[in-house]
Amino acid sequence: MDLLIKNGRVIDPSQKLDDTLDVLVENGLIKAVGKGLSAPAGVETIDAAGSYVVPGLIDMHVHLRDPGLEYKEDIISGTKAAVAGGFTSVCCMPNTKPVIDNKTVASYIINKAKSEGFCNVFPVGSITYGLSGDHMAEMGELKESGCVAVSDDGKPVGNSELMMRSMQYAAGIGIMVISHAEELELVGEGAMNEGFTSTELGLKGIPCVAEDIATARETMLAEYTGTPIHIAHVSTKGAVRIIREAKARGVKVTCETAPHYFTLTDAAVRGYNTNAKMNPPLRESADVSAIKEGLRDGTIDAIATDHAPHHQDEKDVEFTAAMNGIIGLETSLPLSLGLVDEGVLTLNQLIEKMSCNPSNILGLNRATLAAGSVADITVIDPKIEWVVEADKLASKSKNSPWLGQKVKGAAVATVVGGKLMYKR
Amino acid sequence: MAEFKHKHIIALRDLTKDDIELLISTAENMRDINCRDIKKVPTLRGKTIINLFYEASTRTRTSFEIAGKRLSADTVNIAPSNSSATKGETLADTALNLLAMKPDIIVMRHAVSGSHYFLANKLNCSIINAGDGAHEHPSQGLLDLLTMKDRYGRLDGLKVAIVGDITHSRVARSNIQGLTKLGSSVYLAGPPTMVPPGVEKLGDVTVCATMNEALQDADVVMMLRIQQERQGKTLMPNAREYSRYFGLNPTNIKLAKPNAMIMHPGPINRGVEMSSSMVDGDQSWVLKQVENGVAVRMAMLYHVCGGELE
Repeated sequence: MDLLIKNGRVIDPSQKLDDTLDVLVENGLIKAVGKGLSAPAGVETIDAAGSYVVPGLIDMHVHLRDPGLEYKEDIISGTKAAVAGGFTSVCCMPNTKPVIDNKTVASYIINKAKSEGFCNVFPVGSITYGLSGDHMAEMGELKESGCVAVSDDGKPVGNSELMMRSMQYAAGIGIMVISHAEELELVGEGAMNEGFTSTELGLKGIPCVAEDIATARETMLAEYTGTPIHIAHVSTKGAVRIIREAKARGVKVTCETAPHYFTLTDAAVRGYNTNAKMNPPLRESADVSAIKEGLRDGTIDAIATDHAPHHQDEKDVEFTAAMNGIIGLETSLPLSLGLVDEGVLTLNQLIEKMSCNPSNILGLNRATLAAGSVADITVIDPKIEWVVEADKLASKSKNSPWLGQKVKGAAVATVVGGKLMYKR
Repeated sequence: MAEFKHKHIIALRDLTKDDIELLISTAENMRDINCRDIKKVPTLRGKTIINLFYEASTRTRTSFEIAGKRLSADTVNIAPSNSSATKGETLADTALNLLAMKPDIIVMRHAVSGSHYFLANKLNCSIINAGDGAHEHPSQGLLDLLTMKDRYGRLDGLKVAIVGDITHSRVARSNIQGLTKLGSSVYLAGPPTMVPPGVEKLGDVTVCATMNEALQDADVVMMLRIQQERQGKTLMPNAREYSRYFGLNPTNIKLAKPNAMIMHPGPINRGVEMSSSMVDGDQSWVLKQVENGVAVRMAMLYHVCGGELE
């Protein structure tokens, strides 16, 4: 299917483009970007006047729950949510059942995504077998079967020696290690951030230093071994500072944060709201400010959602019994566009953090509208106002703290490999 | 008389000064019933109260049960060891099933902070909190206030020292809320591992560096139970050392005002939080607290039922 996207504001950081242009797609590839392009008769044309046309957004941190936990989400519903949110590629974490620690599971995901999914799916394999934290998974086989990174997301590798050796080994294979940086002893049975709100609500707190210590460990291991590390879902001001300082020393560290860490504080937990329960937990306003500053000054490379679908029965329970995590694929774009409205990021920087940087960090070879490249394109209307409603979300799960709230900005067309996979 | 507008009593944080004063004055009136030869009035006749206790309790459960019976309500006690909770039934399902039997009030104790709000959103009967995690224990807070009022005739301008594990104490949180709303000051002391961050922002609260500082000129000394089941293994070396720095004894009590009240929510670890001479001595109001517990709980049951006398 060919496609012509007319008169949009084309923003492509990879080519330093920001102009009103047309984009012509042919045979799944970008044919041309320029002014006054025309297409042969019968080619579908999208009028993008007033919209942004950008390299397809990439969410480098999602949980698709498939295989094994399809009652929460599956590859079909998860990728449908992704394209509705403007994402043309997602990287799915390995805490499935069974774990993505072997070729069979990785291949299953890739094949199902190709045949039934709505967007590109790049699996992330596990660092350790079965997320056991005990011994390394076969990272070579994982890479050869299509995994773009390894991570024990959700279960930090507590053993520092194993983490260091895994980073060295992964560097030899040429696969990125993504760390869920938390010191588990300090997390303990904590259910929310430790601070005034946890004191008032009588909930056991998770001190921010649990994340700071683990982030410091990862940057020190990366510095010592000279290998790269990517820190997932940064939420504390301490972690931002540690990563900023490490980057200044030349350590090969990159990191991401999630929209909830720059929009919400732990005050959202008041009323024991289980849709404000995630790991790492929502922090305090000083942390939110630090996350924004980290995004602004480039310390934080990427915005990822940590899309974590959970069934209603796993959230509609007493607070400490509730599962950690919220869905994010369909709300990330409007919340992140808010950073541009606030003046935290330029539009160009936002597209870098939601497309180019994730592609570069993981070597995905996407995130460009250059002629000849794969036609992954997102068309964004920054002005549309809409209300987040459970029954209109494509995700199987509805665990979002933004239900019922009005947001601004949405993907109006999502093109994956030249195919129009979502149209608003 | 002021009107009590709350359907549930989950936390003193949710109540106003007027609400709290009304509950206390009703409790004072209820005490007369408890001193009669025939300790029963028909006020809540025909009402059904379920006492759902997910955590062990002697005082509170018995006290709520007696309170309900003295008001002629039908009270049923459920403990998790002989309920469907052991078969994996969720709290919400248990509660909905109980609700199907049309209780008017569910009095619940639960280990998870905030679980009463969760239930209140699902059920249309009244919910009374008999203790939730480390959040609140409003009936204890109210009975403590009533006991202080018995001694001092007022609840404003008092200096109240609360000593022990503040972090895990729902009793401390309810007392902080109640005392602050009524105009008294709270001085906290405990090992820094047991003082939660930001607690001084909960009200008129001062965190003291030492127990002696908190005791200085106190009108009330409230000792908290060292809850070994909640503390894990990392908050203090052992009970012996705890007692050395945070135990109440005949020497340090002299720092408080002469004849200051000594209170404890129970159960007491004798020789740890306080020596037996303190528990059993002239300054101890511990048993008066228990006695007042029945009247306070009668007042709570009465007001959530609409406060209408038959």
